[in-house]
Amino acid sequence: MGLLDLFRRTPPTASLAKERLRIIVAQERSSRGAPDYLPLLRREVLEVIRKYVNVDPEAVQISVEKEDGQEVLEFSVALPEKAAG
Amino acid sequence: MTEIIVVTSGKGGVGKTTTSASVACGLARRGKKVAVIDFDIGLRNLDLIMGCERRVVYDFVNVIQGDCTLKQALIKDKRIETLFVLAASQTRDKDALTTEGVRRVLDELIADGFDYIVCDSPAGIEKGAHLAMYYADRAIVVVNPEVSSVRDSDRILGLLASKTQRAEKGESKVQEHLLLTRYSPKRVAIGEMMSVDDVKEILGLDVIGVVPESPDVLSASNAGTPVILNPDSDVARAYDDSVGRLLGETLPLRFLEEPKKGFFARMFGG
Ligand SMILES: Nc1ncnc2c1ncn2[C@@H]1O[C@H](COP(=O)(O)OP(=O)(O)O)[C@@H](O)[C@H]1O
Ligand SMILES: [Mg+2]
Repeated sequence: MGLLDLFRRTPPTASLAKERLRIIVAQERSSRGAPDYLPLLRREVLEVIRKYVNVDPEAVQISVEKEDGQEVLEFSVALPEKAAG
Repeated sequence: MTEIIVVTSGKGGVGKTTTSASVACGLARRGKKVAVIDFDIGLRNLDLIMGCERRVVYDFVNVIQGDCTLKQALIKDKRIETLFVLAASQTRDKDALTTEGVRRVLDELIADGFDYIVCDSPAGIEKGAHLAMYYADRAIVVVNPEVSSVRDSDRILGLLASKTQRAEKGESKVQEHLLLTRYSPKRVAIGEMMSVDDVKEILGLDVIGVVPESPDVLSASNAGTPVILNPDSDVARAYDDSVGRLLGETLPLRFLEEPKKGFFARMFGG
């Protein structure tokens, strides 16, 4: 790195990229081969929940897990710190 | 035995065609009989990178539709005796490629004794990309150290594991390799760009090569000479190492660090 680099320094963002990718790739891998209706189901669930609590789209996670040969639909909804109605 | 290699990525403009041309040349230069096929129907490009654009008379779709024989359509490289190019057609009719048609062409190449068939995939996850990977034994997944490229390549990995003949027939899996290109060691060093280890960790793939970002690639495409043939280029060395690894050689990765510069250059950057 040269002297001039010190002056045109942009904040290092590689670690940010890696972290974001780690999450999205894991999420997309887990929904691979899952039923096609999952995204729509997720959207509708989100709408219903939002009638009561204003949650972020990120807060609703749906996945299909295999447990003892059975497929289980898993929902998780993280409520905001202070649930505003 | 013929090995079918697809060069794929999901995202466009990451270096698939550059890689296909150089890998095909590299294999042929080592004495292998190689055909490299452009699957990008409607957007023919490989012919330019290979420098044979003015010798295209018949293309891949012509062969499939029976307008000509495969022999008539294969363009023999002028530099390397054992290298042949099959150009994509410029028709906009993407349905011209069919699974059976592609199978017939591949079977004929296999019968002709080709050692390697390199399939240059179009971008996207549509039909062209699907057909390019369908019969593959191996996949070179070309990735840039950049979020959208990495994410798209992971989708391609999903397709390789489910939408290929090997997957459908329950045969052994398509062998997948990561080729990281447009790598800038300088930007990695200051945390501006994901490192090869970062990308490797996210995708969980073995690395067949790391190719540096370099103006040599543009010069090569300007001249119609695959960059691997430039004896003075690190890009050429990186591609040649990748070819060696493809053939089973164990070679350490090179060009992961910025070339050492003199005091003056260090002081003033650039
Ligand atoms: N290592 C590299 N350094 C600099 N430019 C590159 C490198 N590899 C590819 N490119 C450039 O990126 C662009 C896209 O390359 P190409 O091989 O056509 O990608 P694709 O086939 O994936 O669309 C071209 O302009 C090419 O010159
Ligand atoms: Mg291309």
